[in-house]
Amino acid sequence: MTGEGMVARHDGRVNGATNGHGADDLLLEVKELQMHFPIKKGFLRRTVGHVKAVDGVNFSIRTGETLGLVGESGCGKTTTGRSIIRAYDPTGGEILYHQPDGRTVDLARLRSGELQPYRRDIRMIFQDPYSSLNPRMTVFQIVSDPLRVNKVASGKELEDRVAALLRRVGLRPEYMRRYPHAFSGGERQRVGIARALALNPRLVVADEAVSALDVSVRAQILNLLEDLQAEFNLTYLFVAHDLSVVEHICDRVAVMYVGKLVEMGPTEELYARPLHPYTEALLSAVPLPDPRLRDKGRRIILQGDVPDPSNPPSGCYFHPRCPYAKENCKTDGPPLREITPGRYAACHYAEELQLRGVVGGSVVA
Amino acid sequence: MAESTRPAKPTAPTAAESVGRRAGLAASAAPVRRRTGVWGRFRRHKVALVGTFILLILVIGAVGAPIIARNDPYKVSISSYRKPPRAANILGTDSSGRDVLSRLLHAGRVSLSVGLVAVAIYATIGIILGALAGFYGGWVDSLIMRAADIVLAFPTLILIITIVSILGPSIYNVMLVIGLLGWPPIARIVRGLFLTLREREFILAGRTIGASNSRLIFRHILPNALAPVIVAATFGMASAILLEAGLSFLGLGVQPPTPSWGNMLTDAQSLTVLESMPWLWIPPGIAIALAVLAINFIGDGLRDALDPYLLR
Repeated sequence: MTGEGMVARHDGRVNGATNGHGADDLLLEVKELQMHFPIKKGFLRRTVGHVKAVDGVNFSIRTGETLGLVGESGCGKTTTGRSIIRAYDPTGGEILYHQPDGRTVDLARLRSGELQPYRRDIRMIFQDPYSSLNPRMTVFQIVSDPLRVNKVASGKELEDRVAALLRRVGLRPEYMRRYPHAFSGGERQRVGIARALALNPRLVVADEAVSALDVSVRAQILNLLEDLQAEFNLTYLFVAHDLSVVEHICDRVAVMYVGKLVEMGPTEELYARPLHPYTEALLSAVPLPDPRLRDKGRRIILQGDVPDPSNPPSGCYFHPRCPYAKENCKTDGPPLREITPGRYAACHYAEELQLRGVVGGSVVA
Repeated sequence: MAESTRPAKPTAPTAAESVGRRAGLAASAAPVRRRTGVWGRFRRHKVALVGTFILLILVIGAVGAPIIARNDPYKVSISSYRKPPRAANILGTDSSGRDVLSRLLHAGRVSLSVGLVAVAIYATIGIILGALAGFYGGWVDSLIMRAADIVLAFPTLILIITIVSILGPSIYNVMLVIGLLGWPPIARIVRGLFLTLREREFILAGRTIGASNSRLIFRHILPNALAPVIVAATFGMASAILLEAGLSFLGLGVQPPTPSWGNMLTDAQSLTVLESMPWLWIPPGIAIALAVLAINFIGDGLRDALDPYLLR
């Protein structure tokens, strides 16, 4: 509860700073986004509490950039992504979508009937290439589904468009009458990408899009995503937990912890010199290619577990695990504030701490 | 960019993989699993094949009854009643002098179609109600499932006897009554599958493109839930045939002179017939037993053949 208030206080600052890059090229602004799931118990299904999966998240995405959203399992990054595509109805906050004609619409407020035009602009690539493709639909049916539902094309034109999409993502259109089980994981993910691109979206939310793939295929899919971004001027919200993937593909990174952003900034700067102790701990877990650097005590092992999002700790949510925590961290929750231009952190001591990052695969002291 | 927009060259599967990220990856999606499809697995189930063969014979006999049967199944002949099997009547004649073989074949039409129609009715009801319950959940689910519990709580045979005696015994009433009372097991199966399937990511994908609920239910989820329904419906047909036989035996089902396997047995109720005229009751008895067994075997085979799809 204290958390909501404290982020709200600094709401103006966060958005003021992003506007410094020019409000014109903003595509999406997420303000104070909240997604609380009720916990129901007992015979009467009474609500006994809330899981604060997303609890006051602020960020903005500029047209053409890739914003990475990272964090541990259960930190709310997937929920954030799904709220933006309105798979969930957010319990609070705004999702301001800037349309090409300059108008701005708050997606969080729209009812499902009014969402249809924006559903075409914001699409999602799913994590699991097995669960996300209907085993009883052919690849053609899967990829053409968005086009049919939105009555964009039919008959021969539909077939041509699906063929072109498949070709574009590196699949052979001759196989479009096959069912997903005939394809490998990487190929299935390409089908998922083709489905996401079918309606020419502006923003693609990639929810752990490469996590389920093995390493060699992962690189292919990442390259494909980059190519498609350049070709169709796509904007990505890249939800991931793999920091090396994020470093490769993202322009900016936002780090999430227990439903809140703890740090946000340009990828290189954030990796080289993190401003939040949690980011430092995350980065210390990135595997290094140089074997001589292994087992050098680089790794920061956090004590304890991720807090229960239905019952977060007082003050800074990270203080029970933070090696640098001081007395006021237990009572006073730090807001996300701009430390240096373009860099935000939610830590009282962001300026004082000298935290270690990673650059080009080596440790920065 | 330019390179990647070009359609992939049709290279050999292994080569395509190694060529790298922009090569025709789909080339590896060769038809490797065709042989192990549903039919492939069904075919390996010998008992199911035997069942299919038996049922096929019964169906051919029933469908082709007017052609195959040389005698009119309704033609009464006082002079030649309860005659044992002979050249003119291969399975003998019944108490009214009608040809048993002709009646057996025509009875197959009634009995098998009762099974088919009744199951079609209750499978349709069960699928629709189960889909609604599983998809919407909440009070819709509670309402439908409590209704199913109530229907299940009644002893089916007694309920059917009551209803048939009110509506009057006829083949259509039997179909209707079995059809209207049989849906709860199907609804439960479908509901259970919908509950799990609706949480899958491909349904989320469908939702986020704005697909309507009916599209999600019938195009996205239902095809994934059909396999176990087909299996349950197969077993249901066997029990519907048995139920019809039972009802007709009790005189509540198909009414004479229309033959059904059940009411042919009714005619053989007396001790003299049982002791000295086996041609009156053995053929319909065997027909019922064979039909039920064959359908159950097919159901078994279908379950084994379709199950692997459910695991994914």
